[in-house]
Amino acid sequence: MEKFESLYHALANLDGYIFPNEIVLNWDVLIVMYPYITGLVAGAFILASLNRVFNIEALKPTYVISLLTALSFMLVATMPLITHLGQPFRFYEMLITPHLTSAMAIFGFVYLWYLMVVLLLEIWFDYRYDMVIWSKEKKGFMRFIYKALTLWISDTSVASRKTDDKLGYFITVVGIPSAFLLHGYVGFIFGSIKANPWWSTVMMPVIFLFSAMVSGIALVMFIYMMINFIRKQKNDILCLDTIAKFLFYILIVDFALESLDQIHRIYEADESFDILKILVRGKLFFTFFIMQIGVGTLFPLATIGFFQFYKPKEHIRKIMYLIVSICVLVGIFYMRWNVVIGGQLFSKSFLGFTSYKADLAGGGSALLALLWFIVPFLILAFLLWLLPPWKKAPHVEHIE
Amino acid sequence: MGIKKENVTRRDFLVKSGTIAGGVFFASLLSPFKGVYATKEPEGDGVWYGIGIDIEKCIGCASCARACKNENDVPKEPFFFRNWVEQYTITNNEEIKVISPNGGIDGFTQTVPEKDIYKTFFVPKMCNHCEKSPCTQVCPVGASFESPEGLALVDQNYCIGCGYCVQACPYGCRYIHPDKGVVDKCTLCYHRLTKGLDPACMLACPTRARIYGNLRDKDSEISKFIRDNNCVVLKPQLNTGAKLYYNSLNQEVR
Amino acid sequence: MPIQVKRLLMVFGLFIAIMAVLIYFLTPESWGEFGHYRGLALKEIADKEVKHVDVNETCAMCHDSISATFASGEHKSINCQNCHNVGYKHVEDPTKENIVKPEVTRDFCLRCHAKNPARPENYIKQVDAIEHNKDKVCINCHNPHKPWE
Ligand code: HEC
Ligand code: HEC
Ligand code: HEC
Ligand code: HEC
Repeated sequence: MEKFESLYHALANLDGYIFPNEIVLNWDVLIVMYPYITGLVAGAFILASLNRVFNIEALKPTYVISLLTALSFMLVATMPLITHLGQPFRFYEMLITPHLTSAMAIFGFVYLWYLMVVLLLEIWFDYRYDMVIWSKEKKGFMRFIYKALTLWISDTSVASRKTDDKLGYFITVVGIPSAFLLHGYVGFIFGSIKANPWWSTVMMPVIFLFSAMVSGIALVMFIYMMINFIRKQKNDILCLDTIAKFLFYILIVDFALESLDQIHRIYEADESFDILKILVRGKLFFTFFIMQIGVGTLFPLATIGFFQFYKPKEHIRKIMYLIVSICVLVGIFYMRWNVVIGGQLFSKSFLGFTSYKADLAGGGSALLALLWFIVPFLILAFLLWLLPPWKKAPHVEHIE
Repeated sequence: MGIKKENVTRRDFLVKSGTIAGGVFFASLLSPFKGVYATKEPEGDGVWYGIGIDIEKCIGCASCARACKNENDVPKEPFFFRNWVEQYTITNNEEIKVISPNGGIDGFTQTVPEKDIYKTFFVPKMCNHCEKSPCTQVCPVGASFESPEGLALVDQNYCIGCGYCVQACPYGCRYIHPDKGVVDKCTLCYHRLTKGLDPACMLACPTRARIYGNLRDKDSEISKFIRDNNCVVLKPQLNTGAKLYYNSLNQEVR
Repeated sequence: MPIQVKRLLMVFGLFIAIMAVLIYFLTPESWGEFGHYRGLALKEIADKEVKHVDVNETCAMCHDSISATFASGEHKSINCQNCHNVGYKHVEDPTKENIVKPEVTRDFCLRCHAKNPARPENYIKQVDAIEHNKDKVCINCHNPHKPWE
């Protein structure tokens, strides 16, 4: 009985009619975490490629940081999904007998492709030379680790570094569409559910993609400032300004796309519109209008937009950038929330609503979700210790 | 010369366009476009099940829901149903009220006074065993599948419990079993069908409002039911190929 | 070919080989027999226990007098197990414990007979849930197996 207490509570507080099986909210905050984290990965990676492929020199200080950030979040990206499964130990079936018409099954391969072929390779090419050097400096176990990481290649010639650079560049070029694919695909997982009018829109992958970039860029900005704070280094203000500028542009695109989606819904006003209208104005009012649009979009837009015309003193800008990055991160989290949870709050009979409490699907999921958000930071700390970007040898072009 | 040349080109033209037209014609003979009535059964023989529910005969006793829970070990809590009954009430000022207390098992009590009722009726709901089922489409591991008999079944020893199919079902006919952690749904009592018995819900229905049968056999009870009555399926706009046909269903029902 | 590419190809080759081995050993038996699923699953689902015994005739084997009255009454279209719950255990091993003898409250009959405008009159006779012989139990006057007896 106790197990179902919150469900009985939800049952007693129904608004209108919902199908009896819909009272249980199957996809809880863990599933909110999943597109959120993959989004951070894709966004961070795209920021890195901006520097590499489009040669934006000002972003240099964040290049390696964003790659490592992407990697550390990528490593846990599937964990929310797996821990959410009813039978977590059967997850391997997704790779053994993938059902090719299922968006979720293909995601396993998109994930592997992105992790192994794009992220790991790019970081490997970037660090290979340094790891060889480190393996020579270190002793004992650490020496073995670095050796293993270099795959026992000890070539440090300039020619080999050139090759690294060329191949790394190639991987980055491949990586950009892959990052788009990765997160566009997450959007497709939701966008392809025709049963749910809140999800089922062709815009979903695109919106997810741009919000991913927004959140990833904000995350790197945040982490960059945090790392400098911890290492007591000075922030490169030019770098921050450039990141903020990109954040601003992409935020505009993201906001435009999302508005377009909503305007389209409002104008078309099909059979599901009435219920969605009540949903957005009622149950999602706080998370949608205040958190997603207000805190997550309009405030950052206004702040950074203002900085494009008038630049206040450096330390004010730094503080504002810190606040803005946190706001954007919070806002995008709520955007995922509104998609995942919002899509389950109303009944597919279009006649009523249920309510969501974090403990509805077994208390621990909120804690687990928090855990999966903290673990990447620990991984990142470990990676920064193992592969410190500030101890890297100068780039090969500069030694000539 | 000039005339001759012109003749040749014209003949050329005729021949060429003739070939093209003929090609298109033959191609269309090979795979002509055909409109299909509701759902189309796949090639093969053997039974291919369809279900019919006669709204006019349903007395809303929810014997079907009760029998289903007993037969299939569905948890008794009011959040897990393989089938259930809803009562629709449309009031004189065009409000739609739907109730389904414990899936109908707790009995229906009409709260709208009779003078305000425009119309009211029961709608038994169960899995539509769609031909193009969105739920089996999205299963990542192939644990949800369509059997050769046209039933959407779940392999509970293989299901990972991701819940994607629950989201994909437009009719809300799936749930995650709270103890097993895998998805559970109507099988049209596959274990009974294979032994030649009627599904529990059909057995329990006191007015024979529910029928099922072989859609491939054009003389079967279900085929006659669909032919003789004005049948519709739920949410036809989603093109799920639902095979649960309702007689005299109101369009308000979703 | 640069040494980096060689080593990486080796690593990827190893990875793909491991995947192939895993796929080979972990794919369940009878996979793909009928489609993209375990063929055995059909059998497993089919093997579940049947709980509703088939027809009223099964009960009639032992309860002949009740069944005879029942078959001549208005309730004949109802399955015994509608009111008595599933009978698969009882039929094997008839005891009082494994079959339900319903405790008749008014609600027991009213779930089918209560007046409700949605109920089609021509399929079920209805009475006012409160007014019809107020506060009395239905089986005082009606026999559940043959209401007009
Ligand atoms: C094999 C013979 C047999 C069959 C078949 C059988 N019963 Fe019985 N039933 C009995 C016997 C014997 C008793 C009396 C048990 C006792 O008094 O201990 C009984 C008792 C009962 C009772 C009374 C229980 C009580 O608490 O007083 C009910 C109700 C009942 N059966 C219903 C059914 C129904 C419904 C079916 C059909 C599904 C059925 N029976 C089939 C032999 C049978
Ligand atoms: C409308 C519901 C209903 C149906 C259908 C029904 N019964 Fe009963 N049955 C009852 C009720 C109520 C009682 C308990 C009567 C009482 O408490 O005196 C009962 C009691 C019995 C008993 C026990 C009698 C006793 O004196 O202890 C038997 C045996 C029985 N039923 C058999 C059957 C069989 C066999 C069928 C099918 C042919 C059947 N019933 C169908 C409602 C039903
Ligand atoms: C599962 C639903 C169900 C339950 C439970 C049920 N009945 Fe019935 N009852 C019916 C049906 C169906 C008929 C047949 C109506 C018809 O054919 O017109 C019927 C007929 C009757 C009739 C005859 C009406 C007539 O004149 O045709 C009476 C009286 C009656 N039931 C009383 C009872 C009583 C008393 C109980 C409780 C012990 C009861 N019923 C429980 C479904 C039920
Ligand atoms: C005091 C005895 C008594 C009790 C208790 C009683 N009834 Fe009746 N019932 C009758 C009589 C007498 C009739 C026939 C006259 C009539 O229609 O009122 C009848 C008629 C019916 C009819 C047929 C109505 C029609 O329109 O033909 C149904 C159905 C019915 N009863 C069900 C029930 C149910 C259900 C209960 C329990 C909630 C119940 N009865 C309790 C005596 C009783």
